[in-house]
Amino acid sequence: MSNIGSYDDRLKNFSWSIAEKELGYKPGDTINIGWYCTDRICQLGKANKTALIWEGRDEDNMRKYSFNDLRILSNTFGAFLRSLGIHDGDRVCLFMDKVPELYIGFLGILKIGAVAQPLFSAFGDESLYVRLENAGTKAIITTRKHASKVQKILDKLPKLEHIIVIDDEGKKALKEKEIAFLLDKATPVEHFDVFPAKAESHSLLHYTSGTTGQPKGVKHVHYSLISQYLTAKWVLDLLDDDIYWCTADPGWVTGTSYGIIGPWSLGITQCVKDSGFSAETWYRFIEKHKISMWYSAPTAIRSLMKAGNEVVRQFDLSSLRHLASVGEPLNAEAVIWSDKMIGKPFHDTYWQTETGSIMITNFPGMKIRPGSMGKAFPGLTSAILDADTFEPITEVNKPGLIAFRFDWPARLRTYWNNQETFDKKFKNGWYITGDRSTIDKDGYFWFIGRDDDVINTGGHLVSPFEVESALLEHEAVAESAVVAKPDEVNMEVVKAFVTLKPGFVASDELELEIMNFIRKKLSPLAMPQEIEYMDLLPKTRSGKIMRRVLHAKEWGEEIGDISTLEND
Amino acid sequence: MPDINEMKKSILQYVIKEYAEEDDDVTFDTPLISGGLVDSFSMVSLKRFLEVKYKISIPDERATPEAFDNVTKIANLVLEYL
Repeated sequence: MSNIGSYDDRLKNFSWSIAEKELGYKPGDTINIGWYCTDRICQLGKANKTALIWEGRDEDNMRKYSFNDLRILSNTFGAFLRSLGIHDGDRVCLFMDKVPELYIGFLGILKIGAVAQPLFSAFGDESLYVRLENAGTKAIITTRKHASKVQKILDKLPKLEHIIVIDDEGKKALKEKEIAFLLDKATPVEHFDVFPAKAESHSLLHYTSGTTGQPKGVKHVHYSLISQYLTAKWVLDLLDDDIYWCTADPGWVTGTSYGIIGPWSLGITQCVKDSGFSAETWYRFIEKHKISMWYSAPTAIRSLMKAGNEVVRQFDLSSLRHLASVGEPLNAEAVIWSDKMIGKPFHDTYWQTETGSIMITNFPGMKIRPGSMGKAFPGLTSAILDADTFEPITEVNKPGLIAFRFDWPARLRTYWNNQETFDKKFKNGWYITGDRSTIDKDGYFWFIGRDDDVINTGGHLVSPFEVESALLEHEAVAESAVVAKPDEVNMEVVKAFVTLKPGFVASDELELEIMNFIRKKLSPLAMPQEIEYMDLLPKTRSGKIMRRVLHAKEWGEEIGDISTLEND
Repeated sequence: MPDINEMKKSILQYVIKEYAEEDDDVTFDTPLISGGLVDSFSMVSLKRFLEVKYKISIPDERATPEAFDNVTKIANLVLEYL
């Protein structure tokens, strides 16, 4: 029997107070996520239980932490931050690979009531700059390897007071605003005055990309714990003796909601592998640590499929009990493949940075419909809305916009310094996700695609506007347009169309140069995987580039109305 | 036909210049993909570099994380298409 039991019974009797009661929380109480993930678990008698098994690039480089270790070390981290004058409400960025200090630092930030701002460590200096500048970040916690990117943009960030380097062993002189902090050499702090966060206290700032404008800071609060705890229990089906592996990086929301908060608020042992992808490395990791619950992404699953069945057969994966996936729609072939080759099907989960927790899923114990997103989590009021009237569509299998009533605990509270964009997310009292789907006669959602130009590559959203703007900063590029291109593994990848300035000649060498320019400036995700040179970009008579014409070309779709096209 | 040792040196030099961070120690046998130095997205630019430099075309099905996992393996792959 799964944790959720009967989905239909849960629907009838659901209240978020189920989670509140299990967590011993009453409205009006303090609710600090950092405390719930460490101190409370110790109080429940699990102080010596393993919380984190961390493995580096080299599999012999391994560290283990108990929940008591997490409690003391997050206290220690928090005390250090306080000693720098960082206090509640200050934004503190985490910018590093998946090392233990990332997870412990995250909890330490929350314990002092500051706001954790995790950023993907592969971001280039421009991507880093716009997010730090927008957040008014006071401190950044990083490693020597990534500190140089911060130094490059430091002059433009007057609000950034501290660059905390967690692996500086004194071999080189510290640079401007840098402070070395070695967690394992710091004096352990046994007793700590945890910030008495209330339900609506700001906890997290994750950045996500939209069609236009700069990335948006998604504001979450400590009360999100209620959703994250219950969805981790009912959807990921975590049990006390599970060994759990969430492959997501905490630079993205999955890595915090379900790579830190969900599992640790349940007192679950989790594993982290700090390395890149290889099928053999991943299978070996599962076999070695006897992982029982695995939460991964369609891109990774398709890469495992691509690596071949001979590889998977070399490993004993019988410890796996339950599998789930997130990021972009999970195709039916991947579900069928994992059922056949691993012995368990992946369960798709759908949610967003903005929702903070899983919204639609194929629940454990419920028959999976391969290719379907599943059903809405109990307690949510969901609908498919007509794109013109924003009224719910009652007809089955008719496409529309996925929307929810805005009342679940982990929902975003606003976009940081951007209330106007936040307000635009609502129509007729519905929160509009920006994704389109249908619902079948049994209530299963079937994903269709985005309702805007945002590119979903490997489960990460990339703004075409951001890439187009960066392209224009290259000396050879006169004009640019960026669209999604279909991709077997990543679902979509970035494709750019450019015109060149006089004096520059289209060539393969220039294409490579522009690709690397974007990769370093923004991130590898944003790097165009292909650049097509054009003499003219399709534009309206008013001069606006018609991305949809280029998108249709890439996807083999009808171009539609081009009566406003200037240069046809 | 280029000398494989020269080719390895040239590829290593490019990897260090384009993908390594300060203090990264990269050798011919350093795991690039599984080690996290080059991610799957960046692998596309590395493949493009090889194709431009050696005037070859590497089929997508051969451009796997395993085949690109270190400089020695990459050089051997390039040799197949010269």
